[in-house]
Amino acid sequence: MSAPLADRFETHEHDVLVIGAGGAGLRAAIEALAQGVSVGVVCKSLLGKAHTVMAEGGIAAAMANVDPADNWRTHFRDTMRGGKMLNNWRMAQLHAQEAPARIHELEQWGALFDRTENGQILQRAFGGHTFRRLCHVGDRTGLEMIRTLQDRGVHMGFDVYMECTVVQLLKDGPRIAGAIAYWREQGRFVVFKAKSVVIATGGIGKAWPITSNSWEYTGDGMALAYEAGADLLDMEFVQFHPTGMVWPPGVQGILVTEAVRGEGGILRNKLGERFMEKYDPKRMELSTRDVVARSIYIEVREGRGTEHGGAFLDISHKPAEYVKRKLPSMYHQFKELADVDITKGPMEVGPTCHYMMGGIRVDAETAQSTVPGLFAAGEAAAGLHGANRLGGNSLSDLLVFGRRAGFAAAEHAKKVSSPAMDPAQLDRAEKEALEPFQRKDGENPYAIHRDLQTTMQNLVGIFRNRDDVHRALGALQKFRQRLARVSVEGSRMFNPGWHLALELKSLLTVSEAVARSVLVREESRGAHSRIDFPNLDPAWGSKNNIIRREGAAMALRQEALPDLPAELKQILAEEK
Amino acid sequence: MAEARLQVFRGDANSGQAVDYKVPVAPGMVVLDALHYIQGHLSPDLAVRWNCKAGKCGSCSAEVNGRPRLTCKTRMDSLPLDQPIVIRPMKSFPVIKDLVTDVSWNYKVNKKIPPFQPRPGVEWKFFQEDVDRVQEFRKCIECFLCQNVCHVLREHDKHEEFAGPRFFVRVAGLEMHPLDGVSRTKLLRDELGLGLCNITKCCTEVCPEEIRITDNAIIPLKERVVDQFYDPLHWLVRKIRGAAE
Repeated sequence: MSAPLADRFETHEHDVLVIGAGGAGLRAAIEALAQGVSVGVVCKSLLGKAHTVMAEGGIAAAMANVDPADNWRTHFRDTMRGGKMLNNWRMAQLHAQEAPARIHELEQWGALFDRTENGQILQRAFGGHTFRRLCHVGDRTGLEMIRTLQDRGVHMGFDVYMECTVVQLLKDGPRIAGAIAYWREQGRFVVFKAKSVVIATGGIGKAWPITSNSWEYTGDGMALAYEAGADLLDMEFVQFHPTGMVWPPGVQGILVTEAVRGEGGILRNKLGERFMEKYDPKRMELSTRDVVARSIYIEVREGRGTEHGGAFLDISHKPAEYVKRKLPSMYHQFKELADVDITKGPMEVGPTCHYMMGGIRVDAETAQSTVPGLFAAGEAAAGLHGANRLGGNSLSDLLVFGRRAGFAAAEHAKKVSSPAMDPAQLDRAEKEALEPFQRKDGENPYAIHRDLQTTMQNLVGIFRNRDDVHRALGALQKFRQRLARVSVEGSRMFNPGWHLALELKSLLTVSEAVARSVLVREESRGAHSRIDFPNLDPAWGSKNNIIRREGAAMALRQEALPDLPAELKQILAEEK
Repeated sequence: MAEARLQVFRGDANSGQAVDYKVPVAPGMVVLDALHYIQGHLSPDLAVRWNCKAGKCGSCSAEVNGRPRLTCKTRMDSLPLDQPIVIRPMKSFPVIKDLVTDVSWNYKVNKKIPPFQPRPGVEWKFFQEDVDRVQEFRKCIECFLCQNVCHVLREHDKHEEFAGPRFFVRVAGLEMHPLDGVSRTKLLRDELGLGLCNITKCCTEVCPEEIRITDNAIIPLKERVVDQFYDPLHWLVRKIRGAAE
């Protein structure tokens, strides 16, 4: 590397660079460290604040502690059925097989799950799971998980670069070479040179206004990978969680854990009808999230919603002490934010944008993307969940594929030479990122963001149709033009307006990928509901949508799903 | 619609002043919503940390009308709106910009604490009553409000010799883990400065997770230190066996 470059940019070199410090990123970092390579972790927030911390209900794994009949085959089948068979079968298999070991590992690192009467990890029921399968800690499972991983990683010795945002991946010819980022605190740029990069940046919920997701969820990782030439897969599948808070306005979208239903919560409309009897009489409240979200939406649309446009979710028939013990944060959340005592009366809930099933296309065994040296795990990666994710399968996904990504990234780093850095890439990235400061009186990034959110909510929400999505694509085009005129005030020191201006680029990329994929999939499957094509189409059931950058244009094509091996077909055919 | 006046600290490590903003008040609104309104409509470069907006991540700590709070859990209708709401950054940590402070010291302290290590050959089985106590400590969301109000840090600035309530809670969680085999009592006495705490319970009062920090974590840890180092019987045993711990 030439001297001027090192002078211009603070530079760090690692074998493996992990972007994102949630469950997947931390688990990847821990595994890569265990393989004896040097690891850096870059994250937009402080360590321990990533979105995983908000996960509530539990981690799905066929441990069979509560229901002895459970096993990986049933978990595999539940996952595939929940995903409407669009899942990558190999990922679903690995996930079901490896999740129990990943949870035992967490316990050995100090995690303390709720216990059964004979001293094992307690498991609770959740939507779409045949058996009681979710290992949990009350309703703060994610906090337990992230704290455990965080402390493990810190003591193993990874370097963490907190409050640091990656703006571009660097390439050395076709392979990955690292990333350029800026420190949020000072606005200075920093270069990470790395032989392998693992993207674990989570989802895209901030493209919608009503969401359970935090400000970090702007699709950065997917957009970075796309720009670097990687394929994105199944971007039409966005999960709306059935139960977000709907009142008061400021808390709209905040998650109400599925554990409320897992512990026996009942959904009713304003007429007092237990409406899930109409939509899924067999599984009722514990139907899959796509079904429950649509059901609530339809009840509201047809005039049977609550005062604030939701449904009632009631757990008050359970003893108050039990509710407080098993759902402590829900109890406090409603008491403090909505003046509702959930041990005495119902909550008002409605769908909230929650999770992205689509994302970076990866190899099942190694989590490698279509770009050599670029890996992805967790919500940023696609494949495991197909058309709809089951509750509890996300935390187990983070652990299973975080570990696989970390392992493969370390192996890759051991095999390849140090990449060359291209100063021109760095200069371009820096220049582009600073442009909003050069303009005066341009577009306000917050105004563009609000308009984008309104568009996505109204036109690319739970129910979609061709005309709406066409209009959304037109609007996205205009937002791009406005983003080219965006300006920010103030200095580069911790400047949220500037940060948002840069994140808008990612948000627009992923929003367009979602809209394009929604438009071509002319059927309804899992979380993707087309009003104009309300039924499953078997032809679409064997195809993935794949998005790749071609020059400046977004190209979309279909590929056939890989064939299921006979023994897995057998498992899926079994009635249960 | 009702309107609130906010006086928000704007500035950095060198200088700063309170700046007035007028914000419309909606039902159920929290202080963090008001700060977001300022960012979105009045001053896009206002620096605020936040993530979950649901009291689960502990990012949005600040001092609201002089009281250390999570701004995402502080309802506007709990504050008198006939006077300005004064919002300042946490005092015990250096200001970076506006409401964002440098909390990196906490991460350095954390590194000193030896992690969980199971006793060799221990059977991996324990019951809910064994973990109830520890699960209370593990509720900590690291908002650092307890660190902010602790007078050993806030008034006496003993960051070098004192770990603060957050890390006593963390050590308590490890020490009382039913399978843990490491002793951290010497560390508590010599490096984490447990003796400097004179149990005024300010930390317990501000904890948004309602962890009984003083009663359940700090006092039992103090007892362990006393038992180990100041109990004559223990002293004699140590003397005879020549062990440091």
